[in-house]
Formats: sequence, structure tokens, C-alpha cells
Amino acid sequence: MGSVTTIMDENKNEKLERYSTLRVVLRRMKRNKGGIAGLIVVLIYFVIAVIGLWIVPYHPDEPDFESALMPPNPKHPFGTDLFGRDVLSRVIAGARTSFTISIFAVALTVFIGLVIGTIAGYVGGWVDEVLMRFLDIFMAFPEILLAIAIVAILGPGKINIVIAIAVFSFPSFARITRASVISVKSNDYVEAAKAIGESDMSIMLRYILPNALSPVVVQATLRMGTAILTISSLGFLGLGVKAPEAEWGTELAMARSYLESAPWLSIFPGIAIVLVVLGFNFLGDALNDALNPRLKDR
Amino acid sequence: MIKLKLLEIRNLKVYFNTEEGIVKALEDVNLEIDKGEILGLVGETGCGKSVTVLTVLRLLSNASTISGQVLFEGQDLLKLSEKEMLKIRGKEITMIFQEPMTSLNPVFTVGQQLMDVIQLHMNLDKKRALERAIEVLKLVKLPDPDYIVNKYPHELSGGMRQRVMIAMAISCEPKLIIADEPTTALDVTIQAQILGILKHLKEQLGVSILIITHNLGVVAQICDRVAVMYSGYVIETGTVAEIFQHAVHPYTRGLLKAIPPIEEKVERLNVIPGNVPNLITPPSGCRFHPRCERYKDGVCNAQAPSLRQLTETHTYMCYNPYLPEGVVEEVNV
Amino acid sequence: MRSFIIKRLLLLIPIFFGVSVLCFLILYFIPGVPAKIIAGEGATKEDIENIRVVFGLDKPLYVQYLRFLRGIFTGELRSIKSGESILKEIAPRYVGTIQLAFSSIIISSTLGILLGVLAAVYKNSWIDNLAMAFALIGASTPVFWLGLLLILVFAVYLKVLPSGGREGFKSIILPALTLGLPSSAIVARLTRASMLDALSQDYIRTALAYGIPKRKVIFKYALKNALIPVVTVIGLQFGFLLSGAVLTESVFGWPGVGRYIVDAVFSRDYVVIEVGILITAMTFVLVNTSVDLLYAVLDPRLRKG
Repeated sequence: MGSVTTIMDENKNEKLERYSTLRVVLRRMKRNKGGIAGLIVVLIYFVIAVIGLWIVPYHPDEPDFESALMPPNPKHPFGTDLFGRDVLSRVIAGARTSFTISIFAVALTVFIGLVIGTIAGYVGGWVDEVLMRFLDIFMAFPEILLAIAIVAILGPGKINIVIAIAVFSFPSFARITRASVISVKSNDYVEAAKAIGESDMSIMLRYILPNALSPVVVQATLRMGTAILTISSLGFLGLGVKAPEAEWGTELAMARSYLESAPWLSIFPGIAIVLVVLGFNFLGDALNDALNPRLKDR
Repeated sequence: MIKLKLLEIRNLKVYFNTEEGIVKALEDVNLEIDKGEILGLVGETGCGKSVTVLTVLRLLSNASTISGQVLFEGQDLLKLSEKEMLKIRGKEITMIFQEPMTSLNPVFTVGQQLMDVIQLHMNLDKKRALERAIEVLKLVKLPDPDYIVNKYPHELSGGMRQRVMIAMAISCEPKLIIADEPTTALDVTIQAQILGILKHLKEQLGVSILIITHNLGVVAQICDRVAVMYSGYVIETGTVAEIFQHAVHPYTRGLLKAIPPIEEKVERLNVIPGNVPNLITPPSGCRFHPRCERYKDGVCNAQAPSLRQLTETHTYMCYNPYLPEGVVEEVNV
Repeated sequence: MRSFIIKRLLLLIPIFFGVSVLCFLILYFIPGVPAKIIAGEGATKEDIENIRVVFGLDKPLYVQYLRFLRGIFTGELRSIKSGESILKEIAPRYVGTIQLAFSSIIISSTLGILLGVLAAVYKNSWIDNLAMAFALIGASTPVFWLGLLLILVFAVYLKVLPSGGREGFKSIILPALTLGLPSSAIVARLTRASMLDALSQDYIRTALAYGIPKRKVIFKYALKNALIPVVTVIGLQFGFLLSGAVLTESVFGWPGVGRYIVDAVFSRDYVVIEVGILITAMTFVLVNTSVDLLYAVLDPRLRKG
């Protein structure tokens, strides 16, 4: 600093090092109210998705024409639809649908993104150049259009929706991973591992990937929200899961025709989508703040 | 007859509220600057130099306590309204900052930025403001000012930008320029040029300059008087000769010893042991006592020392100073 | 600067090439022989062979690709379902989509910038909290659901605006809001962050230290810096809007390219899908490139050389 130097507290540095791990991340998370709210919503969503079919008050798919289009009442708190199905039960069943598809879609996305991003970042040179231009082409398509095109080719269905989401999501993942890998690559421990002759594969898997993961975790959380939105969008367009399976977007597409006579049909599934996506966005933001404290605006 | 000082800071106290507690940034700061004088304000990072000058210009928005007086030509700046302060800032008192790279706005040209200030304070039309801008660029010895007014800051070197900053500082004929570490970010040769320009401006325009620095070399080069700050107190002031030759405060002595000698090789730089004190729970009594080599238990840690006067120009705050031989009397101010 | 523009424009060539190849290949990813799909169920062998020749499916792949490209611009490429020239069908719909996208951009940028600046200037106040709550909810709301809610309120209950169609100025208000509001949320968040960053810069302190009034510091000195990244995001929003347009057009029955494509999916009109997606993607790429160039114009630091 200046001509006046002070003696550094060396112990302090050591402590800093040790704490800058999971514990610090958790402690920072705890202070973030939005993050906790997000986490709670996401956990509730997980639980409902897993045990939902055992707690539904009515069978979500079985029609009961006698009680069709009933407004919310004590027996059916969210009302009933055209076929007399309980909307609350359908919303709960819809959680399972969107959860299953989105979790597989994000997993597939992360996998492809990690592979391409790590190779591009680690190998560099023309391999990197070619892979990046390849990604540019995918990124030239507006997201939902790419999904529509893929569902148009492969036909509707859960697996095809998973693929459609992965296809438009992986480029941004690959880019983030690549940037992260490049910044980790220049660390001394990577150089050291190279120097003692470890193979590229083991360097990538043992040293680079684990250290490059934090932006990927954040992105994966945020992508869950995007995936859920996309699933419902495809459902709304009629390109979602097959009837009679409950899915929030599909429910809303049906509700479109009954806006005047049965507005409750278009309220509850929409609220469910907003809440869950909001939960993932809050959680993702909080994770981002906790993992990259420097980026946080004070 | 009491001569009116240009700027007098009396018992200035500034606290901040933070999550960790109250930061006692300034406890008791006393300073004065005469007309046409260059005062050096020195001290370690975190001693309160910058807070002091930002308080003078009332640029601190988050202070929880500000008390004392900041008399500018006899007028207490702390009592002025925000609107009245707008006429002081940039007109009567101007500032030069440490980072010439970031202190100028990157999306406006040098000329636009100078003219904004000139038009605001000098009531000139656009054409006259531009002429004035070119004139002040000339004053700070920038080559080809007609060309430079149309440049963006990133197109200029660090030294040139700092000259633009100085040009802005003198553009409305201020009475006091506050220069916060004006040369720290610059190369040594550029440093000397900038200091030369400041000294020249003082002589040519008769402006007073308050220069904040942690570099005692800068002080020796251009200052008339020095004030040494430690943890929210001005602990010693005097003329350059008094401070460099007869410093009485142990901290000032430590600072002077820490200047690396140029001629001889040294094994290890002299440092003052210990850390700059925490401002939330500062040491009791004299805040320097935990690091002081002349510490007297029961005295130094009991109560903060009051301001004492050695000569007409030399004051200090210490219970156990290095007094010159023969001087025993202490006069409380 | 000039070399930057040229470089950026040259980059368009491989992207256009890649995008068009990918769109062209959509037909070839479809399981089963394309001609069979085109001919529909119950077609005879001769029918299929006939179609192969008509569509040039018997030619080598690169010839087909070139024919495909030429077919778009000459209007020779026809919809399988209606038999009309796709160019003719898509042109008015393209205008519709662009109209919708621009109206939304105007809503999203004015509202987004306004909210973002207010939130940054009154940081941590109720204004900030409210604006950011709006921003988060906006970014988490499905476009089509927002559309349904707006119809519910303004068309069903208040009966002040039409719930669909494309007749007069009134009919574009709800679709534009549907598309613009979520996007304004994103713009608001970014503007806030960018504005806070600008306000914390040294040059803001300089301006304040020189007696420049706070209002001028915020709206001239800080905003001009803060808007540079915001412009980029508004440009990138165009991609989001083109995506969202597909859904908005479906909700409101707005005649645009998005709905044209979705309809084609249901009628298995693959040629329309190919062309529609290609044109949308090209528009997206062109807008992004223009945004990049605009960025260079706005930021003097990039204007070198």
C-alpha cells in the first residue's frame, strides 16, 4: 500500500480459506429471506410431486359429469372442470407431470452442456472455435420455436418434451461451463496435475469440473423455472402431454374457452405455475448471491 | 487582529451506523488552511482523511452523526442547505480524485464535462464556456487543448486525465482545491509533473490546496504545512520543517522512520507494529496507545489527550511526546 | 470501428448458413420418408413417387437445399395444405408479428427503464421493493396465462377491450401488454442493477463534488452509462418476444408468424414449419447483430479506430 506497512494477520487468511466452503454458502443462504422462501416453495413442490397422487381428494383423471363446471365450494375448493374433475386434484397431479419432465430435461441439459463446455474450455483452439460456432447456430433460434420444431418432428409426449427443452437449453449451459472451466484451468493445481503427468480425462473430472460447478448449479436452478414454463407453454399450444394426464398448461388451454362461464379454471393452474417458477427463481438468485458474493449489489 | 482562515475545521466528529455497530470514523478533527497555502493531510489508509474532506463538501450521505464546525470563510458549511452547498461545490471548493481512470465520465467528452461545470457556475453561454474549457486545459499544460476537448477520457493517458481533472478543478476559479491522493495511481515521472502543476497553480492563481496523501515524499515536495491523522484524530500539525525535523508525536516519528531511504540498502523496511485500530471498538484513551513505544499505563489508555501547542504553528495530541530538549512546559490550547 | 462492423457482419454468413441448413434438415429428421408424410395417408406408390419428383426429393441433398433456399425467395415453395405460395401467406403475418413485437418492446422498455431507475434511485425503499416484486413475478409468469388474466379483466369483466382478433388500435393493446409486461420485468431488473452500478462509480462522485444537481447527475451522468447494457438486453428481449409472440398470438388469435407455425404443426405442413422457423430465426439473428452494432455506437470506449 503506502510507505506505511502493517503486519498481516496470517492466521486470518488461513481461516478465510477454510470457511469459504459449503458452510459459508449455507450461512449466506440463511440470511437471504427470498432464498429461504424459494427453497420452501421448491421443497413443497417436490413433496407434492412425489406423494401428490396419494393425497388428492379425488381421482384427477376420472370424469364425473354430474358435478361439471362447479365454482369453488367446500367440496371442491378450486372448483371442477368441464368433465367434473376436481381442479385441486388436477393441479396436484399437474405438479407431478411438470416435475418429472423438468427434472429430466434439466439433467439432460446439464449433462450435454457440461460435456461440450468442458471439452471446449479445456481443449481450446479450433475444437473450441468449432463447438462455439455450433452453439451459435442453436442460439439463433428463439427458444420456444426450437421446442415446437422438435415436438413437431418427434410428436408430443413426455420424452420428446424433455429432448425439446434440452436442445434449446444446452447452449447457454455449455457457454457458462466453458467460461468457468477456462477460469479454473489457469489455476496452479491444474498446472501441477499436468506436470506430474495426469491424463487430461482425470484432470478434467477430478480438478476442473468440481471447481467450475458453482455457476452451473445456479443456472440449473434457474433453468428448472424455464423448463416448467416451457412445458406449460407447449401444453397450452396443444403440444404437451397426452390427455387425460393433468398438466398445468393443458388445463389452461381448455380453460380458455370457459373464461366467461368458469373463470376459476384459468386461475388456479396459473397460480401454481407462477409460484413454482418464482420459487426456483428466488432460490437461484439466492444461490448466485451465496456462491458469488462479489457480484451481489450492496 | 485575528486573521480569518480560509477553512477551519473545529472538533469534527463523524459516525456511521453499520450492521456491525457504530463506526467512529472521526472523533475530534481540527484543521485550518490559510489562503494560498498547501496543506498536506497524511495518515494510513482508514484513518479518516477521506471522510474528513468528504464531510467538508457534505458528500457523505450515510453518516449517522456529524458534529463540530466546518468554517469556510467564516461560514459553517455544516449549517448550509443542500441548495446552498451546490454553489460551494465546484465553485468555491473543488476536488481532484485519486483515480484519474474512473473519475471522469466515460460517455461524455472532456469538453462536455468541463463545460457542464463551467456553465453551471460561471453563467457563460456555450461558446464562452468552450473557450474557458480550452483556456484551463492550457493552464494545466495539456498539449493541443483544441483537440483534447473533443476526446473521450479513455482516449487519454492517466497523466493527461489527471490534468483534465485539475483543469476542471480550477475552471471556476475556486478558493480551495482538495486533492485526494492525486498522484497515487500515476507513474513516478508523471507524479512529479502533476505536483509541479499544482504548485505552479498555487503560485499563479493564489488558490489554497489541501492535499491528502500517505506519501511523505509528496508532502516534502510541495506542502507548506502538514497535518497527521490517526484513527479519527489529527494528532500533530506543523510546518513541513517542524514535522520532518522535530516531530513530537510517536506516531509521526514512526511514519517518518517508515520512509524507505533511497541511498542505502536496507534489510527490512521499518514498520509500526500492530494494525490500524478497529473503528467500531477503538482503543480507549489515545487510540494509538496499543502500538505506541512510549505508552504509559493508566495515562494513555484512560482518556484521549487534548490538543497541545508547542509553537504558534506546531500542535499535537500526546501525553508523552518526544519534546525537544529544554522544553518542558506544555500549553493546553 | 469499421473493422468491428465488418467482422460482425461477416459472422452472419456462417450463422445464416447453419440456421438454414438446420431448418432444411428438419424434414429429414422426421422418422419415415418425407414424401410419404407429404402425400398423406392412403397415398399410392405413384402418388409418393410423384411427390418425390415434384419436391425434388430424388435429387442429391445439396441440390434440394439450394432449391429450398431459392424456393423461399421466389415464392415457389408452397404450403402442403393450402397449396398457396408460402411467401405470399407469410408476408402479412410477418408484418403482424413485427407490429406486435414492436408495440411490446415500447411497453417493455419504457416501463422497464422507468421502474428500474426508480428502484435504483430509491434503493431499499418501498418503491424499490414493489418494483422488484413486480419484476420477479413478471419474470415467472407464463405469457399465455397473463394473456388469459388480461382478457378476463379487460374483456370479460370490464368489457373495454376486445379479447382477440386484429381490428383497429384497441385490439393490439392486450396482446402488446401480454408480451410486454414480462419482458419489462427483465428490463427493470437489469436497469436497476446497471443504474446502481453506475451510481456507485467514481465519476458520479466527481459530478456531485462539482455541484451538479442530483437530478441531473441521475438522469444525465448515470443514466447514459446505465443504458448501454440495457439497450443490449432490450435487443435480446426481441428473441424472447418472438418466442412469446407464438403464445400471445395463440391466446388472442392474432394473425402472426407464430400462430402460422403452430397451425402448421397440427396440419403437418412441414414446409411451412421450416420456412416459418427459418424466417423467425433470421430476424432474431439480424436484430441481435444490430444490437451489437448499436452498442458499439453508444459506448465511446468501443468506438475506437
